[in-house]
Amino acid sequence: MIFLLQKTLIFAIPLLIVALAGIYAERSGIINIALDGIMIFGAFMGAIAAFGLRKSTFFVDHTQLLFFICLLIAAVSGAVFSLLLSFSAINLKADQTIGGTALNLLAPAITLFITKVLFNKDKLEMETAVDSAGKSRDFGFAILNGDINPVAQVFFDKTYISTFLAILIFVILSVWIYKTKTGLRLRSCGEHPQAAASVGINVNRMRYLGTTISGALAGFGGYAYVATVANGTAEGTVAGMGFLALAIMIFGNWKPVGIAIGSLLFGFLKCLAVTYNKSLIQPLESNAWMQNLLANNEGFKAFYEAIFKNMYFYNLIPFITVLIVLAFTSKRSRAPKAEGIPYDKGAR
Amino acid sequence: MRKTSSGTSKVPFLRKPAIQSIIASLICILGGLLVGFIVLLLMAVFSKDIPISEAFRGILIVLSGPAAAGNARDVLFTCGNMLFTATPLIMTGLSVALAFKTGLFNIGAPGQYLMGAMGSLLVALSIPQGSIPSWLVWILAFLTGTLLGVLWGSIPGFFKAKFNVNEVIVCILTNWIAANVVSWVFYANQEKFVNIAETKTNFIRKTVSNGVSTATLGLDKLFAGSYLDVSIFLACIIAILLYVMLNKTTFGYELRACGYNRNAAKYAGMNEKRNILLSMAIAGGLAGCGAALWCLNGQQDFKWNTYQSLPNVGFNGIPAALLASNNPIGVIFSAIFLRYIDTGGSYLPGETSFNEYVSQLIIAVIIYFAGFSKFIKDYLKKKQMKKETAATIAGDYVKIPDKPIMSPEENITEESPPQTPVPEEPGEVAETTEVPDGPNAPDGGKDGDDQ
Repeated sequence: MIFLLQKTLIFAIPLLIVALAGIYAERSGIINIALDGIMIFGAFMGAIAAFGLRKSTFFVDHTQLLFFICLLIAAVSGAVFSLLLSFSAINLKADQTIGGTALNLLAPAITLFITKVLFNKDKLEMETAVDSAGKSRDFGFAILNGDINPVAQVFFDKTYISTFLAILIFVILSVWIYKTKTGLRLRSCGEHPQAAASVGINVNRMRYLGTTISGALAGFGGYAYVATVANGTAEGTVAGMGFLALAIMIFGNWKPVGIAIGSLLFGFLKCLAVTYNKSLIQPLESNAWMQNLLANNEGFKAFYEAIFKNMYFYNLIPFITVLIVLAFTSKRSRAPKAEGIPYDKGAR
Repeated sequence: MRKTSSGTSKVPFLRKPAIQSIIASLICILGGLLVGFIVLLLMAVFSKDIPISEAFRGILIVLSGPAAAGNARDVLFTCGNMLFTATPLIMTGLSVALAFKTGLFNIGAPGQYLMGAMGSLLVALSIPQGSIPSWLVWILAFLTGTLLGVLWGSIPGFFKAKFNVNEVIVCILTNWIAANVVSWVFYANQEKFVNIAETKTNFIRKTVSNGVSTATLGLDKLFAGSYLDVSIFLACIIAILLYVMLNKTTFGYELRACGYNRNAAKYAGMNEKRNILLSMAIAGGLAGCGAALWCLNGQQDFKWNTYQSLPNVGFNGIPAALLASNNPIGVIFSAIFLRYIDTGGSYLPGETSFNEYVSQLIIAVIIYFAGFSKFIKDYLKKKQMKKETAATIAGDYVKIPDKPIMSPEENITEESPPQTPVPEEPGEVAETTEVPDGPNAPDGGKDGDDQ
């Protein structure tokens, strides 16, 4: 169970931070369908940085500092990459879906192209490095605290600093967008930019701000994903995490609390699919009542074997759950009103 | 098109919206190629091992597509395969384009494609050979694949119409559901469908093992050794039918009206919910049909355990549709063009020191520029409008709107009912959808919501 919760947290963090990235862009009025691409790009730049910095023994000794720097680089490059989207969507008033799709195509193309040029392979994996004591060290940023009490283990064993950073950033930015002047202005540009402009808000600047923060968060989330969930392997894909984050954002109704619930729920169900054997089947089958049922009821046993011991069944659960929840909560779903519409000064 | 009914004679060839769309697309393609070339050039400049001339050779290889294969025989073979792989891309491109026309973003083509592949393979492999004629099996398999695609496409349509859930999220979810369902179905029936004979256990048996394959009509002889069959023609016919449906029928008109301004369509008495559902269902059917065409070729390996990845051909339907500005006929050309560039790129690693991802890079940049096509078209129109306004003022007095328009006559007819976004004449929607900056532009429609 502890293992399941640890996994859930690790899996939910990239989703959470990237869904927040989506909120920032869409609340300012730009549909950021490029989250997936920005994640790939950020992750790749972070991985390149990690690759380069691990040549120095200082950074091999201070792995967490290295991780922090890589996250920072990933965030910055994500922000820079998102400028492509801002430029096309804000300055040239291009269709935001097209711009986003282009970025989604561009990111894997660039990363694969450069990976192939620099390393002559299709993915960038972290290699072992030698620290100052001459010891060979595996790649890995996990902080291990196996000997603390079980509840604390969930948060402090096999954990990553990216988890704490992400939670911190999430809280700060969630408060910021709701409780500060700039946050309010940013949100107003996603609802009615002309009204915002009429009271002296620079809509284009606000939208640039929203998309750039969005890019930085997505880049951060991308490297957090690669360093934690994907075990340090950066390639031309993040397994659709960006799109899932987009789904979580809509699921969370464009609100931080909503996406926090959504990503934890989704992360939990997703990790259940990986660990169901250990966390669900084994406890269940050790139960005498269950054993009795399986021994006496042939029909149930066949059903149980076919469905409940099947990986695909658990894989389906998170998606179907989200779908069902959406159907029931759609009534109160409310997208920012002006999202996707290029700002036109002349329109009312 | 409105132009053909009211003002063809007055509009010069280069000013026609269709021609301007094509020009804009060509500019995008040139831009993409230029960026690709610059990347190669930069690489050559910064690398000691690569001479500058290699960059020129590289871009030429990408440009020559299948012709890069070398001798005539290889070129024909490569051409055949290029056309064959373009077939499913045309179908997914049509799927995305149709949904776009109805104002929906069908990012669910990968899932619909997978379901279509599953449906056609199940039928093609489970009917015993000889019990019924194999052409009948082919048709049944094709229909099943298409039908499963329809089913999968209608899920987002249903959620959108019934619950008003954003179709993008439902599409993303149904993609992954499809990936798992397909893996599950084949996993549960492994001994029946998985290719054990050739120890390629990752793949489903080829349908030709059950005697089912698409007719080739000698195309495989003409393009010797390639997989090409008549499916490319089927795809083209479907594209043309779709074009006719969209532009010449009431149903197509309703779909476009819906995409253009949903509320206005509703106001005009159209059942916009039904249209959304039908549009997504047809879009799904198109993607499923593409998968069926690919699988039923008979020689293809389908990887069944797909639960961790989605087929690229589904996502690539999006660039194919965007490059064609969602015109079904255009999709044929854009899909073939995308495969052309891909084919050229695949020869890069063998012939030069560059890698094949250059072609992906070029395609991505082309799509990025495709976003600007409206900007380019507007620019062309603005220049033209200035000329015409000058002429109008010199003639009689007409109120000049602050937005670019096609011609002064249109201005009068469209200005008089300012908030009637759906014109009476079917042809007018075609016009207005292509001139989104007119008084009935999507922005105007959205603003209508606020009231």
